[in-house]
Amino acid sequence: MNPVAIIAGSAVVIGGIGFLVGIILIWASEKFAVEVNPLVEEVNEALPGANCGACGYAGCADFAEKVVDQVAPIDGCPVGGFDVAKVIGGLLGQEVKEAESIYPFVRCNGGINCTDKIDYDGIEDCKAVMMLSDGEKGCSYGCIGRGTCVRACPFNALEMADDRLPHVTKNLCKSCGICVEACPNDILVMARDTEQVHVLCRSHDKGKVIKAVCEFGCIGCKICVKNCPADAITVTNFLAEIDQEKCTNCGQCIENCPQKSIQIRESVVEAVVA
Amino acid sequence: MEDSLFSIAINGIFVKNFLLVQFLGLCSFVGVSKETKSAAGMSAAVLFVMIMASIASFLIYTYLLEPFGLTFLTTISFIIVIAFLVQLVEFIIRKFSPPLYRSLGIFLPLITTNCAILGVVILNARLDYTFVQSLFYGISAGLGYSMVMLIMSAIREKANSLKVPEAIEGLPHAFFITTLLSMAFVSYFGVIPT
Repeated sequence: MNPVAIIAGSAVVIGGIGFLVGIILIWASEKFAVEVNPLVEEVNEALPGANCGACGYAGCADFAEKVVDQVAPIDGCPVGGFDVAKVIGGLLGQEVKEAESIYPFVRCNGGINCTDKIDYDGIEDCKAVMMLSDGEKGCSYGCIGRGTCVRACPFNALEMADDRLPHVTKNLCKSCGICVEACPNDILVMARDTEQVHVLCRSHDKGKVIKAVCEFGCIGCKICVKNCPADAITVTNFLAEIDQEKCTNCGQCIENCPQKSIQIRESVVEAVVA
Repeated sequence: MEDSLFSIAINGIFVKNFLLVQFLGLCSFVGVSKETKSAAGMSAAVLFVMIMASIASFLIYTYLLEPFGLTFLTTISFIIVIAFLVQLVEFIIRKFSPPLYRSLGIFLPLITTNCAILGVVILNARLDYTFVQSLFYGISAGLGYSMVMLIMSAIREKANSLKVPEAIEGLPHAFFITTLLSMAFVSYFGVIPT
């Protein structure tokens, strides 16, 4: 075969294949065209882009789509908070009210004060510890201290301190609540900034049992109930609980608690300025 | 015996597994095997592209390139065909499964340059397989790919809760797993006597 024929043949074959698949692709791109609302892209731009899933949708792009479709609430992104909600509200032409900021709160003051039941040497994970005879700690209600919440936090807002309890760094926290979900022992709770007085114990054990393992556990003595001027405290199953709706943050209960189980939140949650 | 359909299937899936024995297509293998869901999606996409590419490249090779003595165009024409198929798959996935489209991300266009697929079609041409044999080889290679992807992603999901030395965390750890898996697959070598 002469060179000219080879070159011509190659050109025809490659050109032909290219032409054919090009036509099919043009057809396919129209057939399978996805209509994208330009607003979705704009809303997506305004979102933090962490894809943490705290809004309940599969990532920021999904949330943006749902917001534009009016399925998700405009202030549904806990990470972006009010600033982002305002931008999205502006894009969609809706008013947004500022919500109070909430932070996770550790309802246990055990940590190094809590005695160990067994000498655990396994996977560094609270859930794994829980599976092993109700945890390594003497108190089965308390913080296990293996940092599952710390690893779950997408924003590094939690850290394990020397007292073997997770501590929340306020200005890094985006109120997503992923840590609350991650905790296998239900220690963490999201609490409003204004809710200051908390019972730092989750134990329903009797006073004697608690005294044996923990210095700070609630023994259910009801002294706080008697002293509370707002009737905000109830004791059920040897554990005091504060009704945050009624609590006036007066601090009477804190002064009278013999176990120091009730404390002001600010003394526990440290706000670190970056 | 070497070219019976059964032996082609066993060859494609186990003995000459594209990922663990021939080490083709490792990029997507390590990149997308972090979770089972996207690994399964990627496997399905690769399987589809492999089958379609086997068919299309067989037709092009036998009826276009060979009769005109243009076999030197094999690689370039196969790449065009694969690129076309990947683009088509991308359209379809974007239309029917947006979450999968997002989780596959950059790896979907990367199938275009996935050497596993080019490997299948070029091996088909080089071994002079018939149409049915080519199709079978494409399917079994895709199944082999999917199987290893699923095994790998399952292992890596479990490995998430392991305490790994900091120096080999992440990608290096994945390669260690790959090595061990590959050693397991090497023992299939004796299954089919050559």
